Amino acid sequence: MVILSVMILNKAGGLIYQRDFHEGLHKLSSNDFLVLAGTFHGVHAITSRISPVHGSGGLEVLESENFRMQCFQTLTGTKFLIFAEPHQPNIDVICRRVYELYADYVMKNPFYQIEMPIRCEAFDRHLMAYLKPKQ
Amino acid sequence: MSLQPPTSPFVPFSPNPALQPGTPSSTTPLSIAQKPPPVSSASLRYASTRRSIYDRNLNRTQRAELSKASFAFLFGEMIQYAQKRVSGIQDLEKKLNIQGYSIGQRLLELLLFREGRSAKRETRILGILQFIAQTVYRHLFNKPADGLERSHDKDDEYMLIDHEPVVNTYISVPKEISLLNCAAFVAGIIEAVLDGSLFPARVTAHSTPTDQYPGRTVYLIKFEESVLEREAMLAGGKP
Repeated sequence: MVILSVMILNKAGGLIYQRDFHEGLHKLSSNDFLVLAGTFHGVHAITSRISPVHGSGGLEVLESENFRMQCFQTLTGTKFLIFAEPHQPNIDVICRRVYELYADYVMKNPFYQIEMPIRCEAFDRHLMAYLKPKQ
Repeated sequence: MSLQPPTSPFVPFSPNPALQPGTPSSTTPLSIAQKPPPVSSASLRYASTRRSIYDRNLNRTQRAELSKASFAFLFGEMIQYAQKRVSGIQDLEKKLNIQGYSIGQRLLELLLFREGRSAKRETRILGILQFIAQTVYRHLFNKPADGLERSHDKDDEYMLIDHEPVVNTYISVPKEISLLNCAAFVAGIIEAVLDGSLFPARVTAHSTPTDQYPGRTVYLIKFEESVLEREAMLAGGKP
């Protein structure tokens, strides 16, 4: 599987985690990533309001020629954005697994402060092992 | 530290001793009209069978397992609780060590009780270390310890190796306090087992990461001199 990048947004729309898993991606500055996350948070909120269907959860997939972005929102409002190749199958399974890793290695870490940027070495390690297994 | 007499009568698991029927009190008996409100079922801490964990046979929960996630949350809270009350890493490790120590004291008693007639009191250093690496470790973590070594340069130091301590599974220590190893809690348990078997020692946990095992932890066991003297005597008594 080819996963390009993963982002995690807290419930206020702040970027708390960003990591690339593929070579040759367009490099953004950390400030740009923050703006991107904030913008997406707003767009997500708008899409859930203007949806003609009642009770819509908002934007879930964004497809383009070069990538496919999947947004997975947890019940508490944390969002996982996964950027993958356009025809990546089973991306919802990947989302769930990343969420599981987050629940294990971030939320069960007593040194992590909730809603703050994630700096957990064990989370990095396990995410890397899952999304980029050694060839 | 001086022992203080208990200030209140010890009534286990009773949130409000005054409401317990049959508890003598110096106040005048209440009239029937002023009956105390019935204790709601929410405040009762007994199971519906009125049997608590203390009523069970000690051998019954021998193979019982508990959820790793709930332990992780509990242990996380213990660390956060301790962290609020300390000034440095060493203080925090000491606090965790003390928390583990009280568990180790009880655990040794329980394990020896469960071994029944085959239980024996270890008198040699190797014997007690094997007991910890095998019996204690199996009971706590369902696996034996990954290694037991003797220090090359110091006679009184032994090393118990764990490639991935269960208590540290979900913990990532921040860089600024990278010297901290929360397995100090387990070190406290080991220390209590050693102390309880009359092998007074200091046990500390140290992180020694390798590429294969990033969470590798070494428990450094430093025995007191009296232990080594006795060991030398026991070894000399043999042909």
